[in-house]
Amino acid sequence: MPSKLIEKTMRVNRLPHIWCPGCGHGILMRDVAQAIENCGLDPDKVVIVSGIGCSSRAAGYMNYNTLHTTHGRAIAFATGVKLANPELTVIVITGDGDATAIGGNHLIHACRRNIDLTVVVFNNNIYGMTGGQYSPTTPHGEKGTTAPYGNIDYNFDIPKLAESAGATYTARGTAFHVPQMIKLIENGIKHHGFSLIEGLSVCPTYYGRKNKKGSAVDMYNWQKENCIDAAKAQKMSAEELEGKILTGEMSRCEKPEYTDMYMEIIRKCGGDK
Amino acid sequence: MATRFHLLQGNEACVEGAIAAGMKFYAGYPITPSTEIAERSAVRLPQVGGKFIQMEDEIAGIAAALGASVAGLKAMTATSGPGFSLKQENIGYASIAEIPIVIVDVQRAGPSTGLPTSPSQGDYMQSKWGTHGDHPVIVISPSSVQECYNLTVRCFNMAERFRVPVIFLMDEIVGHLREGCELIPPEELEINNRIEGNITGMTYAVSEGNYVPEFAAFGEGERYNVTGLFHDDTGFPTNDNTITRNQERRLMDKIRMRRDRIMQWEEKDCEDADVIIVCYGGTARSVMGAMEEASKMDFLKIGMFRPITVWPFPEKALEKLSKKCKHILVAEHNNGQMLLEVQRVVKDNCPVSFIGKIDGTTLTPDDILTKITEVY
Amino acid sequence: MDKVELRFTGSGGQGVIMATIILAEAAYEDKLQAVQCQSYGPEARGGMCKAECIIYDKPIMYTKVILPNLLLALTQEALDKYVTSLQKNATILVDSEINVPEPIKEKYNVISIPILESASEVIKNPMSANIISVGAVNEILHIASKESLEEAVLNHVPKGTGELNLKALNLGAQLVRNYKK
Repeated sequence: MPSKLIEKTMRVNRLPHIWCPGCGHGILMRDVAQAIENCGLDPDKVVIVSGIGCSSRAAGYMNYNTLHTTHGRAIAFATGVKLANPELTVIVITGDGDATAIGGNHLIHACRRNIDLTVVVFNNNIYGMTGGQYSPTTPHGEKGTTAPYGNIDYNFDIPKLAESAGATYTARGTAFHVPQMIKLIENGIKHHGFSLIEGLSVCPTYYGRKNKKGSAVDMYNWQKENCIDAAKAQKMSAEELEGKILTGEMSRCEKPEYTDMYMEIIRKCGGDK
Repeated sequence: MATRFHLLQGNEACVEGAIAAGMKFYAGYPITPSTEIAERSAVRLPQVGGKFIQMEDEIAGIAAALGASVAGLKAMTATSGPGFSLKQENIGYASIAEIPIVIVDVQRAGPSTGLPTSPSQGDYMQSKWGTHGDHPVIVISPSSVQECYNLTVRCFNMAERFRVPVIFLMDEIVGHLREGCELIPPEELEINNRIEGNITGMTYAVSEGNYVPEFAAFGEGERYNVTGLFHDDTGFPTNDNTITRNQERRLMDKIRMRRDRIMQWEEKDCEDADVIIVCYGGTARSVMGAMEEASKMDFLKIGMFRPITVWPFPEKALEKLSKKCKHILVAEHNNGQMLLEVQRVVKDNCPVSFIGKIDGTTLTPDDILTKITEVY
Repeated sequence: MDKVELRFTGSGGQGVIMATIILAEAAYEDKLQAVQCQSYGPEARGGMCKAECIIYDKPIMYTKVILPNLLLALTQEALDKYVTSLQKNATILVDSEINVPEPIKEKYNVISIPILESASEVIKNPMSANIISVGAVNEILHIASKESLEEAVLNHVPKGTGELNLKALNLGAQLVRNYKK
């Protein structure tokens, strides 16, 4: 029997999902649903937009208005939905390749506009759907089917990228740290402006296997040991932080929001009458 | 605007037509020679409570417009050759997800950057075959500023009625041409809206007497799924071969079965013509100029057959004419694209010749008359 | 009426496109048929610029000017390029700084008036050269009524410059009348 949360927020008849055993995406999807619940939103007014890839299959399972679009374009579609009807809460679920490779341009420009979207990037460090090719977040030196001799690309730090492009809320959580991840998404939804939350996922099938990361459990344990809350990290030495990944809220500021400013233009032009 | 008669550019008339049709959303990216469509939309839309957004690229332009359409607004994007290529993927998405949208392509001389400020009609085939996969196509092409107005309304009507992407295939000749245009107010026009209804989980089911699924905007309480994957009536992905086959057939049939209602063409002096010139869009102005010249001298009888709906191609009408006239000349600003369609239809009924031009200038009436004397 | 085919040429930024738009709009306002189109290179300023306008009392089929019955040239380069294709008995309106070869003067009706200088010295605004040209062309061909032409000018010039531009319009006509004397 599904839990009350799943019953309420998921299309139960569409489950089980397609993700592999041990994949972190199911946990992150549940975190998004829990965050929407915590915000007390009317599900009829929530839109989930996704692109293409493992992460983007989440939209189909979630019981909201769901738009499963083309590869990389989720944020551009979401921009149209939000501007067309600013009363809707628009959440984008995307992956590392979808959001930062093929869709990288849309990501930075949506950050720049400060349009009120909440983008949750399920980052599994690999192209899973196509079978394990290296992505913009595959760590330098690691392997993918298209990096058989090791990846010589350097990887993106997604929250930093978003912050420098103008996002007014950025954060990073993990599939392991569930309460933290839920809170980060919840804060992102409540934030009036462009929010980006990176959720570090786990891909035991491709990324893990290619790079000898052990079992799924080993990979979650790795997250548990190596991902440090930014607040806690302030009290730690440089040595202690060597090789660690910081999580939590990364940046936040207030700036006029895009659709608010556009509605003001409509008022000035007399288009609201 | 005090009177309804204005001297307008084709691009401007297109925007006015779109607004008369109920356009409430435009997203696009600047590209010559279509940019005036974005510029005028930016001015006009907020005045009527609509939204304009300049996106970061061509792909984002069509994507945002599709998002807005799903949220319930009539939406348009405009571009030119290279940008049209960039939009093709999402035209396929709109086809399978059945999202109404109007895509304007103001053709310019290409390939690539080509001659951005010069006329051509190099995208005729791209407008049908540009996106991937089999899909239904409606492409409409104007040959005057007045048609830029009236036919944009028709594009919206078709897009909304059939839930398809409709391509408005303009060219630099009409896009940048200024001439008189009557801005017919919406209440005097036929305006179609998408059929709205309660879909209650059966997002893509077609009810009795309808030929497209009813539509509910996001946010109205239906909470359905839209995907570019083949899907069943509920809107969720399926790998079932029968369902896939039926969905593909329905997508094609909704246009194919209604071709006769969709197709429009003009026949000018074709009745007793020796030579019929087949042309479309701005090229028709060269052809009509040639006809005007010919009428002043002792010349053959020339007629013009002008598809307005260039896809689906009005084949029966042309086939009939090809049995009566002695020669058909196809005139295009390319190396012969509609020519292939004309040859397919005419077969051996009469000889078919071609005149094209792609040097950045337009065919002159003299070019056409000279060609006729050469081939006939 | 006979079909009027105008070709205005100069360099980008001189406003020759706007000049043809104003004439076409004024003629359209007077219930004539008008089409206007232009060709230009990628330069917004400085490149050669050509704009055309056809005015007729019947529907206009072909939208481009083939052989103009009036050529306006505001630069030497423009005159040299476009003087080669004109109707018989065409009028050439040029700025007086432009050198018009003798054979051209014999073949065509050449009107040479100080358009650019008058814009700078009399109107005190070099940007008004195109409006002076409009006034001059209408004085030569009598295409549009004074009222429609003034209205079209006011529709297209920046706010606050209306009076100045109407003065430029009249000056153009005056220069042609003086030249004919």
